[in-house]
Amino acid sequence: MLQVRALRCARGGVPVLDGVSFDVKAGEALILRGPNGVGKTTLLRTLAGLQPALDGTVEYPGATGAYASHADGIKTALTVTENLTFWAQVYGRDVPGSVYAAFDLDALRTRAAGTLSAGQKRRLGLARLGVIGRSVLFLDEPTVSLDGFSVRMFADWMRDVHLAGGGCAVIATHIDLGLDAPALDLTPYVAQPDADGGADEAFL
Amino acid sequence: MSIWEYANPKRFMDWTAPVMRVAFAVAAACLVVGLIWGFFFTPDETRQGSTVKIIYLHVPSALMAINAWFMMLVTSLVWLVRRHHVSALAARAAGPIGLAMTVIALITGAIWGSPMWGTYWAWDPRLTSFLILFLFYLGYIALWAAIEDADTAADLTSVLCLVGSVFAILSRYAVNFWNQGLHQGASLSLDKEENVADVFYIPLLICIAGFVALFVALVLLRTRTEIRARRTAALIARSQRA
Amino acid sequence: MIALLRRDLALAVRAGGGFGLGLAFFLIVVVLVPFGVGPDRSTLTLIAPGILWVAALLAALLSLDRIFALDFEDGSLALLATAPLPLEGIALIKALAHWITTGLPLTLVAPALGFFLNMAPDAYGYLLVSLALGTPALSMIGSFGAALTVGLRRGGLLLSLLVLPLYVPTLIFGAEAVRRGVDGTGATAPLMLMGAITLGCFALLPFASAAVLRINLR
Repeated sequence: MLQVRALRCARGGVPVLDGVSFDVKAGEALILRGPNGVGKTTLLRTLAGLQPALDGTVEYPGATGAYASHADGIKTALTVTENLTFWAQVYGRDVPGSVYAAFDLDALRTRAAGTLSAGQKRRLGLARLGVIGRSVLFLDEPTVSLDGFSVRMFADWMRDVHLAGGGCAVIATHIDLGLDAPALDLTPYVAQPDADGGADEAFL
Repeated sequence: MSIWEYANPKRFMDWTAPVMRVAFAVAAACLVVGLIWGFFFTPDETRQGSTVKIIYLHVPSALMAINAWFMMLVTSLVWLVRRHHVSALAARAAGPIGLAMTVIALITGAIWGSPMWGTYWAWDPRLTSFLILFLFYLGYIALWAAIEDADTAADLTSVLCLVGSVFAILSRYAVNFWNQGLHQGASLSLDKEENVADVFYIPLLICIAGFVALFVALVLLRTRTEIRARRTAALIARSQRA
Repeated sequence: MIALLRRDLALAVRAGGGFGLGLAFFLIVVVLVPFGVGPDRSTLTLIAPGILWVAALLAALLSLDRIFALDFEDGSLALLATAPLPLEGIALIKALAHWITTGLPLTLVAPALGFFLNMAPDAYGYLLVSLALGTPALSMIGSFGAALTVGLRRGGLLLSLLVLPLYVPTLIFGAEAVRRGVDGTGATAPLMLMGAITLGCFALLPFASAAVLRINLR
């Protein structure tokens, strides 16, 4: 479903990763690992199309990708339902009723998002993934500020709803989600300091 | 060999060094000859007296103020289309020079306006247009200065230059619409009727040539400085990574 | 797109949205002017349309930096950029939402404030029409400036420096329309020219805004 071939990507004009290649099939997830600064966020942003790749190809069916980062894009002045409805409408869909239960938001529906705790906000941010109906997800540290219970809840949704429904995901995370998914360590792909394509290349 | 190869920073440094020296020499020669000829060896004009002699600074600087923006527009487009770093840096280099030319044109205009119109400043369309151009230069330079990442700054300032050019032209016509001016007609045009008399014309042309050469030389000088600064930053960044 | 417009409008009118601040600013500037130039009624009549135009322009400027900056900070802009909506459409809708929450109310209260400035009776209609035609261009141009400076920490002041020169043609034609309307030399030409600028801005600037947003999100 997702094919990445010989991808080279840069952060701030400096190549950080080079030669990244992998496949993710429908119903599978891939966990990205590596120390801080190795380029996990850069890779995910490149996969999602937010920044151009220096070289290589990324292929997945059109209009199926979605990106989620530490910043949830939650509007604090809107209620939980309003936040989710907005994203559903942007993607031309309805909010499935099951999503509230899946992310334990049932009791919070009419609360303004600004009054939620950090973990609750995070669950709301993840619930967005449940309403937009995209099958190829690029998730950057989805479990930050979640407690163990919520992490399992997210992993259950990922396994039983998203992957079982034929979706796939690339997830950068430091913790064990409890998913039966292969991990890809990015350390071997760190770009050589003189890799082609950097912004300063012409001046060196 | 493609013309674009001259835009490679290293090649650019090689071929611009002699060109810049020649441009400085031409500028110095033309300005010395043109200004001395203009100031001391032309007759006083019948109506305006000796005040007219400021034309030798006013007209060339005004011309270069506009041409500098036009050059920034072209180099910005080249950067957006072909992504030659030197092009973006040349646009950056031209900004403060264009600003200086605009200021010279405004100040000489005010000095000239004082005896002619009885006031240093009038909201004459052409003066006003230059004041607006001054503001455009300020915004452009400020945007360059505000952004840390070099390529992002080049991209954003290029788009600003494009949009700004359209609005600068709109402002020019809007200002004309708003106030009919005191300004005398064009000093130089293909239409001979309006031209200044021949005695003033030749030293004026020499001064304009001098300003063009000065502009070329200064842009090359500043572009070379920008390239060196960029190269220094690139080398520092590389040594920190290694 | 409608959902985005509705969300932006809802955010503007809820607590912390800042709706009404621009209006209050407009009111205060207009009230301060007679303190500055003196209470002479004929002077005020003369300058009223110009003051109202400049004050409306400054009031619209105040809220520009919120157009994209808030969405940029909380991550919504990156999410919207990867959503099925075209970024050009997002830029257009955001400018439209800004106009509905600032330009439109400013236009509607301007005649009331003209009363304080002893504006000529003939000027009210022209002022209303010229503001209605011109303020959408102010929002669109402003949103381009906001898109340019969205990634900068202290973008507010720079935003004003970049946007104000771009406002010159709109301001000239707007204030000129009122002036010519009052002295009977014909407001049609400046109004048409201003309408052309507004239409041109809405046709072309969303592409420029989207381009700089993509650069800033990179």
